[in-house]
Formats: sequence, C-alpha cells, structure tokens
Amino acid sequence: MAVSAALAVLGTLIGLYISLWAQNFPRTVAALAAPATGGANLTLETVATVGKKLSPQHPNWVSYLVKSNGRWIRSTVFRVPAYSVVHVTLYQFDTPTGLRNPFLSEVQGTVGGTATLDGKTFRSVEPEEASHTFAVPELGLFVPLAGVPEEAKNPCEEAPCELSSAHRTITFSFRTGARGRYRWQCFVPCAAGWLLGNGGPMQTLGYMDGFIDVV
Amino acid sequence: MEGPNHARRFVTLWLIASAIATPLVVLLLGPALPPGKATEQASGQVTDNTVLIGMSTPILLLVVLYLLYAVIYFRQPRGAVLEGPSVHGDARVQTTWLIVTVALVLALAAYGTERLYAGNGAGSGSGPAPLTKPSGAKLPVQVIAQQWYFTYRYPTYGGVETPHLVLPVDQTVELHVTSIDVIHSFWAYQLGVKADANPQVDNIAYVKPTKVGSFEVRCAELCGIWHGEMFDRGKVVTREGFETWIHQQQASFAPATKVLPPYSKTYLPEPPRRGG
Repeated sequence: MAVSAALAVLGTLIGLYISLWAQNFPRTVAALAAPATGGANLTLETVATVGKKLSPQHPNWVSYLVKSNGRWIRSTVFRVPAYSVVHVTLYQFDTPTGLRNPFLSEVQGTVGGTATLDGKTFRSVEPEEASHTFAVPELGLFVPLAGVPEEAKNPCEEAPCELSSAHRTITFSFRTGARGRYRWQCFVPCAAGWLLGNGGPMQTLGYMDGFIDVV
Repeated sequence: MEGPNHARRFVTLWLIASAIATPLVVLLLGPALPPGKATEQASGQVTDNTVLIGMSTPILLLVVLYLLYAVIYFRQPRGAVLEGPSVHGDARVQTTWLIVTVALVLALAAYGTERLYAGNGAGSGSGPAPLTKPSGAKLPVQVIAQQWYFTYRYPTYGGVETPHLVLPVDQTVELHVTSIDVIHSFWAYQLGVKADANPQVDNIAYVKPTKVGSFEVRCAELCGIWHGEMFDRGKVVTREGFETWIHQQQASFAPATKVLPPYSKTYLPEPPRRGG
C-alpha cells in the first residue's frame, strides 16, 4: 500500500515536471514569406532585461525576441524555408559586453560575407563593442551585434523595446540548405550574474539560444 | 569409486580454449578495434587495445567456462535438497591467484608506461611540459574551446584562427589545447587524440596523421546545454592542399586576425563581467 502510494506520488511529480517543461518550451515562430526574393523575413530584437510581462519567472534575464503578427514574442525557435535566402532584421537594444573570443567579431556565412549596421555595410566589429552574436555554427553563420553605447540617451527600460529607444539596427541575409533542426546561440558571455556569463539565459531555451527549423 | 579430477579437467579445458580463442581474437578482431589507423597515435592505440583484449580473453574464458562447468557438474540433482559440502580455503589456489593477478596488473602498468613514454603521450594530453617530445619539425596548432564551439589557431601562419581543423598528412602536429571558459575536452576520435581543455592550461598532445581523410571532433566533457552540439568534422589533406587551404583562411579571416590578441599559450577568460 505504502509502495503504491509512493509510486503514485512519484509518477505525479514526474508528470508535473514534464508538463511544466512542455509548457515552457518556446513555441515555433515562422519567418514571414518574402515573395519578392523567394525567401523569408525574420525580425528579431535583443533586450537587456526581458521584463515580467514576457518572462514572469526571469524578468531580469537578457533575451532575444521575435516579431510575430506584429507583436514581440519571447521565443527562440524559428521556422524558415529550406534552400532559400532568409533576410534578418535585428534591433539591438543592449549595451556592449565584449566577445571572449575576438575571432567571432568577423561576419561569417552571410550572403556576401557582410552585414549592415545602422545602414552601413560591415565585415567585423570591434570585439569589445559586441553585445551579442547571432550564430548558427552548423551553417557557418556568425554575425556580431554591436551594442548600444553605455552613454546613450533614452535606453530601453523594459522589453519589448520600441524603436523610439536607443538601438542599433543590424541586417543580414543567409542561405539555408537541407531540412533539419539547427541550433543557434549567442557567443557573448552576456548572462548577468552567472559564472563566466554563460549560465541562466545562455543555457535556457527561449532566451539567448534556440533552434532554426529548416523545413 | 573416485570421481573425476575436476581441477585437472577444468584447467585442461580452459588452456585448450584459451590457446584457440586468443590467437583468433587477436588476429581477427584486433585489426577492427578502434580508433582505426589514420595516425601513428591511433595505430598505437589499436595495438594497445589488441594487447589488452588478447590478455583479457583467457580471463574471460576462465570466468565463463568455470560458470558453465559448475552449472553442468556441480548443480543440485533434480528433486533433491542437499546440503553442499563444506568448503575450505586452498592456499595453493589463493597464492596462485594472487601471484597471477599481481603479475598481470604490474605487467600492464609497465607496458602502459612504456607505451605512453615512447609514444610521446600516445595521443593524450601531456600537460604544458610533456616528458618526451617527438623528434623533427612539428606544426603547432592551438585548439581553443569555448561554450560551445572549437576554433583553431595556427601560430606559424600569422596566428590565423579558423573554424575548422585541417592538418597536413605525414607531418607531426603539436596540439596546444586550452579553454577560454569552462572545462572541455578535445576528442578527435579517428586521430586518436583526447586532451582536456582547461582554462589557463596549455595541454599539449602530439599527433602524426598518416592518411588523407576526415575525422570527427567532439567535446568529451559535459560543459553545458549545448555540450552535445560541440561537434565538427576536420580533414587531413596533402601538404600542398594544406598550404592552399591555410592561405585561403588567412585571406578570409584577415579582419578577425587583426583584432586577435597576440598568440599565447593560454588566454584569460575575459571578459569575466556580465552583459545585459
């Protein structure tokens, strides 16, 4: 009797854990089709603190957001078409932390090997000016994202950030290949208060890393 | 009437089985053992694995055959519930067992030490000051691990850093393995190389590829959420192919090379501060 009760409690706890995990797994957001180019458009932003509205459990965490149906959503699982060009527009509202490995300050794997920062084409940024990166190692894609200067006026206080706040605009395009799930991550150690800046939001899906589902 | 001499019969059976099985295992299974023969170090590991499996075969047979022998000859008769005979220690058996096992362990320790020493670490990380070094020219390549990616730096080619590991065939390579954040482990399976990647440690491993081809690189130390994704495929190419490739890398990564810190055996895990 006691064993049965213990097993029932254990089973319930395991079920509860799985249920919570499933609820917290970020939902997939599809990139918008771009008929003119035959590819897709993905609009992202990075914020220093995600806020209670988008992340009640971890309001102070740094995070990526994605635009879906005109709203900013906290998700890091994106669906893009196979064998096509994905155009990414990224609004960067965070300040610099700096890259631990300056090698990743160079743009790699984009169409043309470049990206644009506030309308200007660039191949690399100063390593210490990087706030985050958007990197898909398996696709060879690495884009450093320059941060908003510390002294900028009108910084964004809480996500989702509006374009009236101080920000940098980064655009780039990359080609997708075969279908599959590819992980992406930020390579700047930007997790506040964690060992070497790589814990918390850097190791939790839905904040600073996720998947690109090529379908 | 006296029963059979079980000890003599079993030992005879075991010796015959070992004499047949051990050469078969060594000759047939040995060449197929991991990690293959793509480098001198990997070939050496195949030899070591063959020696180990050759020595293990009689021991395995001893255990398995004795189990089968006991099941057949010492099992309880059907329907009977009998008290077994009392068992007393046998000094000869115990002494023999002790001597044989101690000799085996010491012999393997001596063999392993010699193989590590003569093989310049035999593909493993030997720390910042290896006891022995291979003779001749060596190509230094730095392996830099970080959460969750490996990059490679070639100090004799302007310190260029690359996202993939490419090595020339028939050239001794001196790998300097380090980390710029947490503990990782650089494991190039087909090369027969496995070396801890620790922050602020220059862990040196030697490898000499002998065949052109590809190899897998993995992290072998649980290092966070994307540990399983620290995977890459490297290449061993001809010397001419390597020269062509490294010059392409120098051109492609010129902007990054400009901002890299000077080549160093280790790098502080900077910036240590938070972002956000």
